[in-house]
Amino acid sequence: MADPMRIRAQASGDKATVRVLMSHEMESGQRKDANGKIVPAWFIQEVTALHNEKTVMTAEWGPAVAKNPFLQFSVKGAKAGDKITILWKDNKGDSRKDEATVT
Amino acid sequence: MKRLTAIAAFGGCLLALPALAQKTASQGIDEYRAMLQDGNPAELFEAKGEDLWKQKRGPKNASLEKCDLGKGPGVVKGAFVELPRFFADTQKVQDLESRLLTCMATLQGFNADEIAKTPFGKGEQNNVTALATWISAESKGMRFNLSQDHASEKVFYEVGKRLFFQRGGPHDFSCASCHGEEGKRIRLQDLPMLTKNPGDGVGFAAWPAYRVSNGQMWGMQQRLNDCYRQQRFPYPGFASDVTIALGVYLGVNAKGAASVAPAIKR
Repeated sequence: MADPMRIRAQASGDKATVRVLMSHEMESGQRKDANGKIVPAWFIQEVTALHNEKTVMTAEWGPAVAKNPFLQFSVKGAKAGDKITILWKDNKGDSRKDEATVT
Repeated sequence: MKRLTAIAAFGGCLLALPALAQKTASQGIDEYRAMLQDGNPAELFEAKGEDLWKQKRGPKNASLEKCDLGKGPGVVKGAFVELPRFFADTQKVQDLESRLLTCMATLQGFNADEIAKTPFGKGEQNNVTALATWISAESKGMRFNLSQDHASEKVFYEVGKRLFFQRGGPHDFSCASCHGEEGKRIRLQDLPMLTKNPGDGVGFAAWPAYRVSNGQMWGMQQRLNDCYRQQRFPYPGFASDVTIALGVYLGVNAKGAASVAPAIKR
């Protein structure tokens, strides 16, 4: 299973800023290994963000996103104590779900 | 669905953004680093390291929670800024990574020689790096204060100093060729002068660090190994006396400098 994400969510005013670090190789499928063989593409395809169980964002990602990606976005109306959940799914079918509380 | 702005970090794009008018290259790099600072992937390795410390692993199915990093069994906070140091149980001067090997061998039953021979970035080496990352993070902001009380520690300092100035290899390089003067750089990276205290969070006080360019987490052992690679020297052994002696030299010179490890590098 994949390593956990680091999620920080901070409320200020009428919105909360969410910062997410994901642990993923994000292989582009363009690189070759020491034997000259192409390293198969392996990347996060789908990212979903939930605010108190309600989907607030979905994103489709491709192989151009960097290794160990960092994602930042703001959620309108989120206050301290609310729950932010992030889900990702990669092209090999692996997935990860982590939660954080808005502070 | 609400409209939200999402910013994903696309490796190369960031470099192209800052306009370099009236700005030196190193200022541009500093800005680039500042942008990366918020969201240092080293945090992922920290989390992994903390988990590994508490997890029961190895042939003896034990955790590392009784590991003595120099401040007593299980004491992690503040240990990093006092390493390398002399350990009475092994009768050796050890740095963080060699000490971790000792603990993994004695407490968990791993074969330390085998781990030392494993190339960086493979198998248990990744775990040693993650552990070192977490342990260094527990001392973030604290100031380096290496002991020079034991005779062996003094010997290691002197040996480290000799190694630092020892020239050789096809380029006739020493560590001091690059790190013995102010204002030197390699490509766009400023090189710290390491024969004196280079200041807070520079040189010895900045490793382990996450390297954005290759997405790898490097401990001090790998940092030194790569310096030797750039000098076209044969690689020093992992956790060998050579690397530890250099660590003592750099660490003692950095006395009083605040640690920023785990840092983020280009």
